[in-house]
Amino acid sequence: MGNAKVLELHGLTKHFGGVRAVDGVDLTVASGEILGLIGPNGSGKSTIVNLICGLFPLTAGRVLFGGADISELPPHTRVALGITRTFQNIRLFGQLTVWQNLWVAQNSGEQRKQNFLPRWLGGSKGARAEIDRMLEFFDLGHKRDELAGNLAFGEQRRLEFARALAARPALLLLDEPAAGMNAEEIEQLDSRIRKMRQNGVTVLLIEHHMELVMSVADRIAVLNFGQKIAEGTASAVQSNPVVRDAYLGTTTGA
Amino acid sequence: MDFYLGLIQIIGVHTLLGLSAYCVLLTGQVSLAQAGFFAIGAYVAGMLTVLLHWPLVLALIVSAILGGAMACAVGFPALRVKGLMLVVATAAFGEAVRLFFFNFTYQVQSGAILLGPHGGEGFRQIRYFPEHGWGTLDVVLFIWTIVVLVMAMLWWMDRSRVGAVLRAVGEDELAAQSTGINITAVKVSAMTIGGIIAGIGGGIFAHYTTHIEHIQFGIVLATFAIAYPILGGLSNVFGTLLAVIFIQGLLIEGLRFLGDWRNLLFGGLIVLAMNIRPRGLLDAGVLMTLKRLVSRNGERKGA
Repeated sequence: MGNAKVLELHGLTKHFGGVRAVDGVDLTVASGEILGLIGPNGSGKSTIVNLICGLFPLTAGRVLFGGADISELPPHTRVALGITRTFQNIRLFGQLTVWQNLWVAQNSGEQRKQNFLPRWLGGSKGARAEIDRMLEFFDLGHKRDELAGNLAFGEQRRLEFARALAARPALLLLDEPAAGMNAEEIEQLDSRIRKMRQNGVTVLLIEHHMELVMSVADRIAVLNFGQKIAEGTASAVQSNPVVRDAYLGTTTGA
Repeated sequence: MDFYLGLIQIIGVHTLLGLSAYCVLLTGQVSLAQAGFFAIGAYVAGMLTVLLHWPLVLALIVSAILGGAMACAVGFPALRVKGLMLVVATAAFGEAVRLFFFNFTYQVQSGAILLGPHGGEGFRQIRYFPEHGWGTLDVVLFIWTIVVLVMAMLWWMDRSRVGAVLRAVGEDELAAQSTGINITAVKVSAMTIGGIIAGIGGGIFAHYTTHIEHIQFGIVLATFAIAYPILGGLSNVFGTLLAVIFIQGLLIEGLRFLGDWRNLLFGGLIVLAMNIRPRGLLDAGVLMTLKRLVSRNGERKGA
């Protein structure tokens, strides 16, 4: 848990036609940190995740990962470098089995080399054991041969989380992982996110479920209309009048 | 007997054609270019054995390489578009290939006759099999050795991680990209494998029919190519084989007594099959049942 910066966004900007979805956002995530990113609907949170993953080109600004500029890299290269994500609306490979969903996601640079070797040369032995461990950790071991599309909602969320970890990321982007979960599942999610951090994964957490964000995040950044309006600890953000305005629409003259 | 052997040859070659579209369909791309690669394979292999007197296997290898190279070259620009646009782009390529051969004449005097492709009249006298004393049965065995080899390789690919990656891309390109899959590379590779298989299939086709012409490689053949795997289902390679037997064996030959009404019934049956079995004849449900039957038998034997 050093102070090294894993992710830096400099003046990140994305316009869709006339809409300024993300407008000059500066944000830094330190190694081993859990950064919460909150904001009202349509404030640009998911767009930021998509920009960090490289799903669309930037209008302006830069994305640095571990100090290197990755703004122009295609999505799969960013995964190989160590950035993975989950989706707000779950996107599993429904016709593949649970096990295969993790198998195809083993795309870190190191895993790629291993996966090139055939099984009888011991190439993917470690990778296979890793998948089994991951399924146990997410309590999906008994479902390994089921089609992902047949899983219950909570299981699908867990599988997507597991799939994002399959490529051994350094930075994990969670886009509303608690959406649609019950209290017990959210508690499990909370402990899994903490466990991930212990294993050295840095987390950028987008979430509407404030209890979860306030509990798990070290720091919170708040977006509104594509701009960062506040940043700080949970209590600082909670008592910030500008944030209250954005969420509640009251005027305090800020 | 010869009729049935001929039918088995047709089924073999069409299985190769269907499998070439199967690879591409796994990645979610509908390509009408397979007939084009098939045509390239047919003309190239024919010219190599007839004009240059190459051995057939060598000619087929060149057909495969050229089919694959062409598919790779077409894949890069064509796969930038999706869905219906890709269908149109690949269909245009297929037609371009057909029209090329419609206009392509390259003939060489051999004794009293001219050999080689002759534009609209086609390419006659591809007489490798009779000249080398191959009987119908030899040809059947040759074709099916290749079909079995190709099917075995695709089966193995399907079971490997490659197969899972192809299917992942076919299901959700955005999710595939975000899990670190290079979707352009995957799609172009699938297209290339498809082109290789179509090239081999075309090369064989030219030799057992002995006479090819541009019209055989039109949009109808391209439609058949994708109809086989779609009708058979994308669960595994046997679906495509089953669909070829169903269409070529049962519908086209079996319904010959209906005359021209056959085509009407043929179209109707495909629509019916797609409605009853939207995931193909061999879908996950059927496979599950088969697996259960096999394992139950195994248990009985074990007990």
